[in-house]
Amino acid sequence: MSVISVITKGHQPTVDVSSRRWSDARWRRNALGTTLEILVPLALLGIWEFVTTQLVHSFYFPPLHKILSTLVDVWFFDHMKADLVPSVARLLVGYGIAVILGVGIGAFLGLSRRAQIAVEPLIEFLRSIPPPAFLPAAMVIIGVDDGMRVFVITFVCLWPILLNTADGIAGVDQGFLDTAKVFGIKGFERFRRVLLPAAAPQIFAGMRTTLAIGLILMVISEMVASINGIGYFVLNSQRTFAIPEMWSGTIVLGVLGYLLNFMFLCVERKALHWHRGLKAGQNV
Amino acid sequence: MSAEVRSTLGVPLNELNSGGFQLPSWCWPLITVAVVLCFWEFCSRFGIISSRFIPPMSVTFAKLGEEALSGSLWPLVGDTLRGWALGLGIAMGIGIPTGVLLGSSPLAYRSVRVIIEFLRPMPSVALIPLTVLVFGIGLKSEVFLAAFAALWPVLVQTLYGVADTDPVAVDTGRAFGLNGWERLYKIKLPSALPYILTGVRISSAVSLILAVTAELIIGSPGLGQAIEAARQGSAYDAMYALILATGILGYLLNIGIMRMQCRLLHWHQSQRRIAP
Repeated sequence: MSVISVITKGHQPTVDVSSRRWSDARWRRNALGTTLEILVPLALLGIWEFVTTQLVHSFYFPPLHKILSTLVDVWFFDHMKADLVPSVARLLVGYGIAVILGVGIGAFLGLSRRAQIAVEPLIEFLRSIPPPAFLPAAMVIIGVDDGMRVFVITFVCLWPILLNTADGIAGVDQGFLDTAKVFGIKGFERFRRVLLPAAAPQIFAGMRTTLAIGLILMVISEMVASINGIGYFVLNSQRTFAIPEMWSGTIVLGVLGYLLNFMFLCVERKALHWHRGLKAGQNV
Repeated sequence: MSAEVRSTLGVPLNELNSGGFQLPSWCWPLITVAVVLCFWEFCSRFGIISSRFIPPMSVTFAKLGEEALSGSLWPLVGDTLRGWALGLGIAMGIGIPTGVLLGSSPLAYRSVRVIIEFLRPMPSVALIPLTVLVFGIGLKSEVFLAAFAALWPVLVQTLYGVADTDPVAVDTGRAFGLNGWERLYKIKLPSALPYILTGVRISSAVSLILAVTAELIIGSPGLGQAIEAARQGSAYDAMYALILATGILGYLLNIGIMRMQCRLLHWHQSQRRIAP
């Protein structure tokens, strides 16, 4: 012990000096990286603006400033209320139902191996169907209304969440289960305090992939049949050759995808901060 | 001593027999599938759900068989497969080299990070209207959409994989006198391969989704377009038969990619089976 501490102590100053020298170079690299991080996207936007105003006058690629001014005119706040809010509401309702059902059924399957094996081929098959292919069937069975759009989003989002939950719960460390048994934790309390937290990282992974699919389904369910929603707005703008409006809608969708993803990561980080701590602890 | 047989969900199959009930474990999936199919047939035949909107299972499968035997199904499958393959191929052709480049150079990565982070979560279907204007309604649009959507998973996975290479291994390579290319081929790429193949698997699914979406919405020829045409023509048995065909195609593609992954990664930890 003492030998080690002497060696470490003896080495520490040199390490400090070299790390300071290193950190100087590293700081410079870091500053360069940050500059590039900000400048390159701005430069690209600048090139777009320059090319579309000065070099090429294309009907399909309007100048950037025109798109941005259309974006402000159109989306603040007329179409935000008329198109964006209904879209996001449908997505969140469909996604929410999928999470509740997926975690519920998935937990049941995770606990019963027999049930899990029994339904596996069915779920594997339903999951393999490319989600948009469900859309015509849902239109025939349910009709063209908001219920259909919510249903399609739920139906498609359900499987990844369900499979991940089943997998996560089936893989809970036997030690946790034994400990819960010793302390007499049973039933719902066991589910809420032992199984769910232990499976949470995997459940969140399923929920994150699903969010992207849900967003796609939100857009195309509005493109196929709708009278409002952002997917309808974008396609309708294209069909009426309102090109700057179409571009503004595309950008709004990009921002929406980015924000949803960002918010999800924040929630995940908050919900799983203990897990990250545990991981870091193990690595040390 | 025998290796454990596991189902895809990771459940050891032989553990099922430990209960008092001595039904072989492979029976259970068959029973469930049979029950669901019978339930479908029953509901439709006895009018619990309208047999006009959901034809009985037997009718749907008969239709599927008829389409397959008459040969009208295969050109559609071929069209969809072509869109899928071109989309995935282009995505891999762009994604893997770019990922290697960005993964080996932190500065290059940081300069495009914002762009990637913005484009990646964007629902690629948002580009459908623009694509129609620029590429028309044919195969080109379908391939562009599929390639655009499939690019991100494979690009990001390659990037992470290459950046995650053990620096000691790279330094060892350098010490043994390997030059940059050799280090890339002999150390970085093999070490990134598991990541890259995971990316390819996700991209393959995404590419198929976007190919079908493009057919459904834009109307480029293929299964998606045929499904929508069957719906509009109220030929509901054909519609369900085609949806089933799409599902089978997706299932087979997924299995094929998994097989390839197993074969290429037979040396890797994740594919080794531990004998108890």
